[in-house]
Amino acid sequence: MSRNLVLMLIVAVLFLPFVPLLVWSVAEGWYFPQLVPQQWTGANWAAVVSPGSRVLQGFLQSLAIAALSTALALVVGLPAGRALGLMQFPGKGAIKLALLLPIIVSPLATLMGIQFVLIRLGLSGTLAGVVLVHLLPTIPYMTLVLSSVFANFDTGYETQARSLGASPAQVLWRVTLPLIAPGIVVGALFAFLISWNEFLLTFFVGGGRVLTLPMILFTSLQGGNQGLTAAIAVTSVIPALIFLLFSSRALQDDAAIGGLGDV
Amino acid sequence: MTAVQPLKTTAWMALRDVPWRAYLLVLPALSLVAVLFGGGLVLAFLQSVGLLGLTGDGGFSLAAYGAALGDEQFWRSLGLSLYIAFTATALSTVLSIGLAMLLREAGRWASFACQLTLPIPHLVGIAGILLLLSPSGLISRLLYSLGWIWISSDQDFPLLVNDSANIGVMTHFLWKEIPFMTLILLAVLRGIRPELGMQARALGATPWQCFWNVTLPLLRPGIVSASLIVFGFVFGNFEVPFLLGSTYPKTLPILVYQAFTNVDLNQRPVAIALGLLLSLISIALIALYLWLGSGQPFRRRLGGQP
Repeated sequence: MSRNLVLMLIVAVLFLPFVPLLVWSVAEGWYFPQLVPQQWTGANWAAVVSPGSRVLQGFLQSLAIAALSTALALVVGLPAGRALGLMQFPGKGAIKLALLLPIIVSPLATLMGIQFVLIRLGLSGTLAGVVLVHLLPTIPYMTLVLSSVFANFDTGYETQARSLGASPAQVLWRVTLPLIAPGIVVGALFAFLISWNEFLLTFFVGGGRVLTLPMILFTSLQGGNQGLTAAIAVTSVIPALIFLLFSSRALQDDAAIGGLGDV
Repeated sequence: MTAVQPLKTTAWMALRDVPWRAYLLVLPALSLVAVLFGGGLVLAFLQSVGLLGLTGDGGFSLAAYGAALGDEQFWRSLGLSLYIAFTATALSTVLSIGLAMLLREAGRWASFACQLTLPIPHLVGIAGILLLLSPSGLISRLLYSLGWIWISSDQDFPLLVNDSANIGVMTHFLWKEIPFMTLILLAVLRGIRPELGMQARALGATPWQCFWNVTLPLLRPGIVSASLIVFGFVFGNFEVPFLLGSTYPKTLPILVYQAFTNVDLNQRPVAIALGLLLSLISIALIALYLWLGSGQPFRRRLGGQP
């Protein structure tokens, strides 16, 4: 009983910052002493969803960047996760630590170094340049989660399929991938969320030309329009929330989440 | 998490598991990270010492480091960054351990509750906390309408955002990182066999002894890695202290940002030198933490006892 109370209290506290966001997004002139706005408005939401709005463009750009960097991180994270999870080899600890550095060491210096090259390659301020630097945090998370998933994977299934005449490609497609699918979902969820939420990397490399949703929210936060800021903030949560709902079953995979506790 | 070794080891599998194959598998990920992260660091270093860049005569110079370290603001910022990172990490770690122990038997709902803040962008959390804690925020309005005497206008509400004690920053990090750490620790806890605790209890250990001598040591690797991720993140974070933090002093990442966006291009090497110092400090702290977290130094002091 008391445990349920604690749980409900946690959920309430975690949800608390959303209350003013939701109210502000539909409030008109909500001045100080008023606990409840006197007037309501749909103007903020109309501004967000109107065709050609910057918020909508930013939304699509963020979606494209997050999808691309997640896919790329998955492509290199799958083999790396397999090696780190299933095999023993000299230098494994050092390699794991090296793969982890981008998420525990401040990326600021690195970004300013990369920026120097991206300008010369004509990639500064482009979508491709932003996707490239988003690989810095997405690869480590993806690799960590997948290595933990592979550590609990029984390669006997693959051996059996091979002995029954399946080609290596068939084994990968029909046996390995379906078995680790929940782990892939968790890894992809983390990578997607990290790219979707990323502000600093986009800010340094995007040069103010790649306007992802966090960039637009940051600009709006520094302005004074609280209603519009709240509407943009609520919009920023939607895709991640949908992704989370779809993957809540996969998130029950302790091996995948536990990977972050096994650095 | 320990690797589950396959039961049957055929000749084919033995051949498959020779190290070169492992190196080949990690190569794409490792080389991307090495080129982006390592390459970025090298280029940053070359720019900071004047060997590469838009300004300067192309000669080696440590002037940027002199300017960065000679500025009193650097030391104040370093102190503030360390204070925020250590306090936020220590508080989230202790509270997450407590919460994970409390929710240990609460089942999947506990993990689901902890996932709530996982997908929320930091900027959204910042916006929410600003509208909640600022002098004209929701909590201030609530206290006002309840008729609390000490608050008669929004001027009377204590400053909780952009305050000198960085309460707003701390609130945001705790709100975001405690569920994240608890989620990891719950997953690790479920991997610990309950028999171990039961056995200790059956042999007469108190619940506290059982926690301190059985559960906590088993949980330690999870605690070390989760707190490491949180510390590294908080120490290098820019947007949270920039939007919620004190106006003076500023944290190190904000100092780097200000030097980088300065219209004076001569400030660029200083920005990069500051960024490299920030990376260097976090690498040193992480190395120290991993060394302490491995239990190695304590073991040695106790004379080789496990």
